[in-house]
Amino acid sequence: MLDDKDRIFTNVYGFQPWGIDAAIKRGDWDKTKDLMAIGQDDIVEQIKASGLRGRGGAGFPTGLKWSFMPKESKDGRPSFLVINADESEPGSCKDREIIRHDPHKLIEGALIAGYAMRARAAYIYIRGEFIREAETLFAAVAEAYDKGFLGKNACGSGYDFDVFVHRGAGAYICGEETALLESLEGKKGQPRLKPPFPAGAGLYGCPTTVNNVESIAVVPTILRRGAAWFAGIGREKNEGTKLFQISGHVEKPCVVEEAMGIPFRELIERHAGGITGGWDNLLAVIPGGSSVPLVPADQIMDAPMDFDGLKDLGSGLGTAAVIVMDKSTDIVRAISRISYFYKHESCGQCTPCREGTGWMWRMMERLREGKADIADIDMLHEVTKQVEGHTICALGDAAAWPIQGLIRHFRPELERRIREQAGANDDGDVLEAAE
Amino acid sequence: MPKVTVDGSEIEVPDGATVLQACEIAGKEIPRFCYHERLSIAGNCRMCLVEVKPGPPKPQASCALPAADGQEISTNTEMVKRAREGVMEFLLINHPLDCPICDQGGECDLQDQAMAYGKGHTRYEMNKRAVTEKYMGPVIKTIMTRCIHCTRCVRFAEEVAGVEEIGAVGRGENMEITTYLEHAAQSELSGNVVDLCPVGALTARPYAFEARPWELRKTPSIDVMDAVGTNIRLDSRGREVLRALPLLNEDVNEEWASNKTRHAVDGLYRGRLDKPWVRRDGALQPASWAEAFEAIAAQAKKAGDKVAAVAGPLVEAESLFAVKKLLENMGSTLLEGRENGMDYDASSLSAVNFNSTIAGIETADVILLIGTNPRWEAPLVNTRIRKAAKKGAKVFAIGPEVDLTYPGEWLGDDAALAANLPEAVTKAFADAERPAVILGGGGLAVPGLHAASLALVDTLGLVKDGWNGFNVLHISAARMASLMLGWAQPGGTADVAAAKPELLFLLGAEEARGVDLEKTFTVYIGHHGETGAKTADVILPGAAYAEKSGTYVNLEGRVQTGERAVYPPGDAREDWTIIRALSDVLGNTLPFDSLDALRDAMATEVPAFANEGELADYGWDMPKLDAGSPSGEIAYPIADFYLTNSIARASNTMQRCSAELIHGEEFAEAAE
Repeated sequence: MLDDKDRIFTNVYGFQPWGIDAAIKRGDWDKTKDLMAIGQDDIVEQIKASGLRGRGGAGFPTGLKWSFMPKESKDGRPSFLVINADESEPGSCKDREIIRHDPHKLIEGALIAGYAMRARAAYIYIRGEFIREAETLFAAVAEAYDKGFLGKNACGSGYDFDVFVHRGAGAYICGEETALLESLEGKKGQPRLKPPFPAGAGLYGCPTTVNNVESIAVVPTILRRGAAWFAGIGREKNEGTKLFQISGHVEKPCVVEEAMGIPFRELIERHAGGITGGWDNLLAVIPGGSSVPLVPADQIMDAPMDFDGLKDLGSGLGTAAVIVMDKSTDIVRAISRISYFYKHESCGQCTPCREGTGWMWRMMERLREGKADIADIDMLHEVTKQVEGHTICALGDAAAWPIQGLIRHFRPELERRIREQAGANDDGDVLEAAE
Repeated sequence: MPKVTVDGSEIEVPDGATVLQACEIAGKEIPRFCYHERLSIAGNCRMCLVEVKPGPPKPQASCALPAADGQEISTNTEMVKRAREGVMEFLLINHPLDCPICDQGGECDLQDQAMAYGKGHTRYEMNKRAVTEKYMGPVIKTIMTRCIHCTRCVRFAEEVAGVEEIGAVGRGENMEITTYLEHAAQSELSGNVVDLCPVGALTARPYAFEARPWELRKTPSIDVMDAVGTNIRLDSRGREVLRALPLLNEDVNEEWASNKTRHAVDGLYRGRLDKPWVRRDGALQPASWAEAFEAIAAQAKKAGDKVAAVAGPLVEAESLFAVKKLLENMGSTLLEGRENGMDYDASSLSAVNFNSTIAGIETADVILLIGTNPRWEAPLVNTRIRKAAKKGAKVFAIGPEVDLTYPGEWLGDDAALAANLPEAVTKAFADAERPAVILGGGGLAVPGLHAASLALVDTLGLVKDGWNGFNVLHISAARMASLMLGWAQPGGTADVAAAKPELLFLLGAEEARGVDLEKTFTVYIGHHGETGAKTADVILPGAAYAEKSGTYVNLEGRVQTGERAVYPPGDAREDWTIIRALSDVLGNTLPFDSLDALRDAMATEVPAFANEGELADYGWDMPKLDAGSPSGEIAYPIADFYLTNSIARASNTMQRCSAELIHGEEFAEAAE
């Protein structure tokens, strides 16, 4: 249980205004110049020491990522920080709350992180559907410029830094870092081949780091309170606090900041008011947004909610978008809907994902109705294996995992439907003649 | 030079090579669809997956992965086999099973690779995707349901042709390849996407449902539509050439061909001269070869040595040489190859040659175009200039502004600019290591501009050790050979007119500017009945380029020989045999009875003709010309790219291209 004094996002519920004056009262923009005076390399070292892992889903150590950026430009190319606010993962809604209610945490973080990685500017790529949030962000950036916190000699530090906000056009794939860069450059949002990695050649061919909103927004507080404080929360290699987004069959869905590694049961009981119908009614949980495999009730109940704890269960923390499903859920339909989402959002660039997502969704629809053979379950599993790991970006994996999770944990349910459907036919339904 | 291991055998690969290239060096075949040597790497088909250690425990796209020292590459493991089968299965689930009616059948990458790397059966039982038809213009037929989204066509249009008109819309399985707003592809190189397309999504519209590849006889030949000398393959069945495809030649056309090269072949079967004609009582009447020769012999007796010959743009060196010898025997050297009356100085061949060479112009760092629109005059030279421009070369141009597909600075269309270049240009040339000037037909036509351009050799320092940046861009396939054989009078056709010949041979020439053809006794030797034949007194039906074995010299002086693909129609004969037979009737038989003998004689006179495939060595010799003071507006010689010669004008496809792409006519497609 996280103490109130250890909360980073003190206005995540929006009880106070988001504006810069209120933000300053909450402690943002407080002696930012002094934070920058820590020194560029030392900031990176502090973030490394804090154990902060990227909050966008993959959990790559943030400080390490920053350290890949060139220390000096040998050929005159500037460096860029790109902040990924294209939050489109079904279940995730944390970046939205940060931008709505605490945008100055993000903007201050952008300045400090950008300074640490010697970036010329930060681009915040915000999801197209976030219309009010984008308005807030535009206004917040303007406020920061008015106060002299951004622009030339930002915060009186002598460092020139700009923040640009760019609105996306509503494509899930543009949340993939290289597709985001393509989109930012004005091209069709399709992931790039790696290598080269963005730290070598990213936005406009310049060294670039792409970070999640939450990863950047926590940086000023970590520096203010010290890496040891952050590292003291949570478990080893899973340190710090995290915004959990609890949705689905709970009494009170919410976005809440908690310590990493909090047991699932405690998280739900304390913040979400419990499962609808009680704990016996819990069927399964998707613990990290739609792209991670689901975890059945008995395994998740007392599991620690962090990167490694969920990895041990064959799932992942992802963005910590906890989707709770009780026993009223048609679990096959739920996963089928997720498959439809990936089919719809596949960019179409590479073969396995373009063709495989559609195939998988159609198979899922058949399984939902039970109009399939038992052998089709194995075939579907094989198709997911043919997609997983064969694509340019991770969308192929993300489309395959939920189905693999379903087959792993709910195969009896799938077989039951098939048998029932077959039985229904035996009971007198007239079979259709083959066309 | 990294050392890698491919399937257990250690090899050394060049720096910067990819894993795919390493496998090829090791002799391992890697299947691929999206990868193409001349295009950027897309890595999207995922067919080229191999296992690489060290690396993540999943197959890697070999086309995009750099080869690194110590890599262990496996191309035949179970993981690789399964990956290929998986990708192939995905490619096929939405690919229609219409191979029996697909024009790509027999030369389809997807067919071949499905046989070699596929599973052999399908597990997909649902409906296949269908894609609405896209219109891509008169040379590209589309059946987009067959598309596998490799994006080769998109990358070709953007990177090589330089026209961003093909792209993808939609995403996921709804992604579709289309032209911008479904307009016809405008690029004069768009036909190449048909060759690039690994499946039958893009096929050649004029060739639709014509033949299967295994029915065709394939003959290597040289294209005559422009002076580039594109190496082509003529595919024929029976007596008909059905299509022309480019052959690989890194020095000339790489592996591209312009739409005119590809699709003018249907012009070989319209408007042809297939029997001799003789003018009797003011009207042309069919005649036998003997009657035609007698008519010429009678006139030759009257004419004595008042004989002349004018050659057209499509003639091969052998006929030029034969006619030259014929006239020599009659006592005349009045030969002219520039039918349109141009009279630039041709005393030094190096001063009218493309000295940088076609491949060499890629390495130029500053280029000045004078009176040339290379995009129309030599599209495959234009792609080379585009490559140079992409590498950072600055391009300046004098002439009316056109879209060259790369950025250039237009100085104006006054020829006087060449003698008085703006400072920005001279400055750029002063800093250049490989400066080049390209003088085109529009420039050669302006009096004094040739001389003024040659003067730039010294003022701009175009010629240095190992580099000659003075280039003339011709548009006629016969030009360099005719100049080498002395088919140039100091005053051009005006000299012919002044000599008032009583017997004039038009060797494929449609005009002889300044000569009154109505009043002159003319013998037309050629293949198409156009203006040249209309006013002729005797017509001798000859062979077009596909119907004869001929030597051509391209604009950079490269001697190339093409072979005969089909026989000429009707009574038409190969041109050199006509001249040989005529010489017999005229009583002074030419001393060659076979093509080989003719070629030997030609090579004895001009040794360069013996070195097939090589550049003729013209040395570097600046003619002594009066410093010209050119002035006036420059006009480009080609008004319509698709209708530049008699074959193209006779071609239905070229007529339609002209109407649709140049003149903007709409061709509604009939609903099927």
